[in-house]
Amino acid sequence: MTFTVQDPCQLVRKSLGDDVADDLRFVVKTVVGEENFIDMHPNRSNNYCCGGGGGALQGGYPEERREYGRIKFRQIEATGADYCITPCHNCHSQVHDITEHFGGAWHTVHLWTLICLSLGILGENERAYLGPDLAELGL
Amino acid sequence: MKRYGNSFKEQALALLPGDANYDMCLTCGLCSSGCPATGLADMDPRKFLRMAALGMDEQLATTDWVWMCTMCQRCTHVCPMNIDIPKLVYHARTLWPREKRPKGIIGSCDVAMKTDTGSAMGARPEDFEFVVEDMLEEVKETQPEQADLSVSMNRTGAKFFLNQNSREPMTEPDEMVPLWKILNVVGADWTYSSVGWAAENYCMFAADEEAWEKIVRTKVKAVEDLNCEVWLNTE
Repeated sequence: MTFTVQDPCQLVRKSLGDDVADDLRFVVKTVVGEENFIDMHPNRSNNYCCGGGGGALQGGYPEERREYGRIKFRQIEATGADYCITPCHNCHSQVHDITEHFGGAWHTVHLWTLICLSLGILGENERAYLGPDLAELGL
Repeated sequence: MKRYGNSFKEQALALLPGDANYDMCLTCGLCSSGCPATGLADMDPRKFLRMAALGMDEQLATTDWVWMCTMCQRCTHVCPMNIDIPKLVYHARTLWPREKRPKGIIGSCDVAMKTDTGSAMGARPEDFEFVVEDMLEEVKETQPEQADLSVSMNRTGAKFFLNQNSREPMTEPDEMVPLWKILNVVGADWTYSSVGWAAENYCMFAADEEAWEKIVRTKVKAVEDLNCEVWLNTE
């Protein structure tokens, strides 16, 4: 089972830069196991916006928003990962939407879900975004 | 002192610090080649900037593209001259009559302005307090190993002031719980506030500067009123 991670523009490029992108990878690798992590390319400050920022999710141009997100879709698809971790709210909504729209096979999850799963403290009702492979793990 | 006229380019220049200048564009196209919005509405970042340099004000003030660009700053990040195109896009948003800006964004801004929570979904202080309390109770009942889970509301002097996107308390409250658990595991000293807690700010996206500022000030006041050291934004 493999995982990739989206770099939220607001967190990385627009505020704390590559240092926080590295911190993010430290946490993700610690949680899922380094050998199960596949980075998307480009990444960190060079990563692409998912297309959900700037108000786009409420912007009233859904076709264009999804066309914008096609680049993100292909990036995630190229990793072959089973899960895309989105540590930002807007990213989660947009990546979840484009995955469904363009027919991606991966699941889109919040980072907090996987942290709690790895700590063995994720409750039964807190698993809405996990796939069947992880949905009952540790219950 | 620099003097600026009324053209789009001149107004945009007035927004730039120091010696920055939109004429510095080398037309290399790095911005457009790495922009996911390139091609939408027959526009791209380089074209947008060149149109500004050429004084094509009317087209810039009316293109729908400014609402498709997410102002993600990737164009600026790769620009050899460090030109801030998103700032120009934001400026173009301000030129739209308010009633013609996207209804979803304006609507979310208007709703947020009606309550001192800042919630774009209209959640009131008592709504937030109720959902948090209810959720905490449920977790303690159904997950015995979480008996010591605690959530503070309006606790003065906590180190961290945690805000929350409205979507969780309003539509999927279970998603608040993993974050509480993580903060509990690491022993963080944190609190929610019943006012100013909403993480989102659609007035910023709406380019409604007065409303944007009012919402930010409401949130800052909430943090200061509780005398918290760090404002944690989960967005």
